[in-house]
Amino acid sequence: MGLLYGLIAVGLALIFGLMDVTNFAHGEFLMIAMYLSFFLFAFFAIDPLLSAPLVAAALFIFGAVVYLLIVRFAMRAKANAGMVQIFTTFGLAIVMRGLAQYFFTPDYRSIPQSWLGGKTISIAGIFLPEPQLVGALVSIAAFAGLYFFIHRTDFGRALEATREDPGAVALVGIDKNRVFAFGWGLGAALVGLAGAIMAVFFYIYPDVGASFALIAYVTVALGGFGSVFGAFAGGIIVGLVEAVTALVLPPSLKSVGIYAVYLLVVFIRPRGLFGSI
Amino acid sequence: MDKDFAARRRRDLIIAAVLAAIAALTPLFVKDVVVQNILILTLMYAGLSQSWNILSGYCGQISLGHALYFGLGAYTTELLFMKFGVLPWFGMLAGGVVSALIAMGLGYPFFRLRGHYFVIATIVIAEIGLLLFHNWEWAGAAMGITIPIRGDSWLKFQFLRTKLPYFYFALALCCLAWFVTWWLEDSKWGFWWRAVKDNPDAAESLGVDVFNSKMGAAAVSAFLVAVGGSFYAQFVSYIDPESVMGFQFSLLMALPAVLGGIGTLWGPVLGAAILIPLTELTRFKFGGSGRGVDLIVYGTLIVLISLALPRGLLSLFARPKKTGVSR
Repeated sequence: MGLLYGLIAVGLALIFGLMDVTNFAHGEFLMIAMYLSFFLFAFFAIDPLLSAPLVAAALFIFGAVVYLLIVRFAMRAKANAGMVQIFTTFGLAIVMRGLAQYFFTPDYRSIPQSWLGGKTISIAGIFLPEPQLVGALVSIAAFAGLYFFIHRTDFGRALEATREDPGAVALVGIDKNRVFAFGWGLGAALVGLAGAIMAVFFYIYPDVGASFALIAYVTVALGGFGSVFGAFAGGIIVGLVEAVTALVLPPSLKSVGIYAVYLLVVFIRPRGLFGSI
Repeated sequence: MDKDFAARRRRDLIIAAVLAAIAALTPLFVKDVVVQNILILTLMYAGLSQSWNILSGYCGQISLGHALYFGLGAYTTELLFMKFGVLPWFGMLAGGVVSALIAMGLGYPFFRLRGHYFVIATIVIAEIGLLLFHNWEWAGAAMGITIPIRGDSWLKFQFLRTKLPYFYFALALCCLAWFVTWWLEDSKWGFWWRAVKDNPDAAESLGVDVFNSKMGAAAVSAFLVAVGGSFYAQFVSYIDPESVMGFQFSLLMALPAVLGGIGTLWGPVLGAAILIPLTELTRFKFGGSGRGVDLIVYGTLIVLISLALPRGLLSLFARPKKTGVSR
């Protein structure tokens, strides 16, 4: 489970953590991705596992468009930049939820049969549910990919440089909007991947994103903003803490452990575990 | 301070008195219960947002966890009333004091955090409160508390046949929050807060007690919000964790101030006066379909206003030359 949180958080780590743009609509990106894979399954009988790249691609475009149409202007605000970002993306989240209710109705949906759904695999006597396992593997791959991408490619360096100093970056000929639009697309594509996998074993409804979004923020902040590895570590910690809390406290309180650990960590290290900003 | 500032403060006070007088007279003309309801909510949110604005606007410590204090106010009042028969008036005070103390207790570790880390911490602490109340059997857990109806009385702050007393209380709360803000704006605290907001390090080096000024702002802010929570509980006479401590309250408190003009005296009132009737009307007009049209309209408005007017609606009225003073 922890790695799944990690997978949701990795996209956010890119947008929120690396570009320092608050995105309160991250959970709604996840919701859209889950609906996409549901409809691809319902109408074309494409298994969520196969459609995952399609969903990711669609979300990439969606993320880039959201950046170019809305977030770009929110970032331009000279006053209260933080609040403008929070409320613009929050407004967007509400609109997306409203649209989902309008077009998809508030009904709970699920994908009844898929290659992975409901199956378990036994490794050395331990039974693991397959969807979670695949989720974990994809999550590790996504983190490794992102880590490589940020630290080893020109684009990654451009992204970090743009966050640090957009003015200086413009002087050396990097188009800030192009870099950030690509970053948003990539972040959305990653959450699209998470959504496609989660669609297999989670109910899909318009508010589904809200329950995961806060944990994703906590995961990113726990690891520390500006650190891909931090978000990965954060995801694992969150998953472990949740599992342990669920053993000790009633299930409805399982998130309390996660939140308490976050508070504990930032009280000791105010920039998260591996944070740089 | 210079003359301009003193004159503006006097003018603000007069405008506020006139507005309050006009507001106090509206029930004479507005007999429709639905409209009265909207007016009460508008005044309540104006008061709440004004209180939120003290910590988040003036002092710059953005809190998205004020639902915690709202809920604590509501729960303290009702639990004291239900379990110990304490009158809501005292419960209200108790709720305020409890919230202020908790705000200061939390402030001790919280105010070392900055930026996103602080905002997320405030969201998380409110969420912990919500979950704890959800599981607290003695306090009604997820079922919540239904406040027993004991008939109209000022003593018990309960009114069945008329909404007018609620209206006047909401008005009083709104005026109180406004007046506290007005008064603090020109106090030592007010100047310290603005210094802390603009640049905490510079403020510290100039001898501003940064930590204690944040604590002061948090306590005042939490106290007023908790009183609002107590009022809301009496007004709707049913509370459950989700309906008084949910994340949406934190946002609903922040929105009017942000839309009207964060860190300004008039921003929250203006924002609430526009936003709350709009919210209620869209819900009234489109909400019945259950298909989310109200959400679409509401969300679009938030996006458009925050993009078009990052300083808030109040910036429309600001005379360009005086921006330094009018903030």
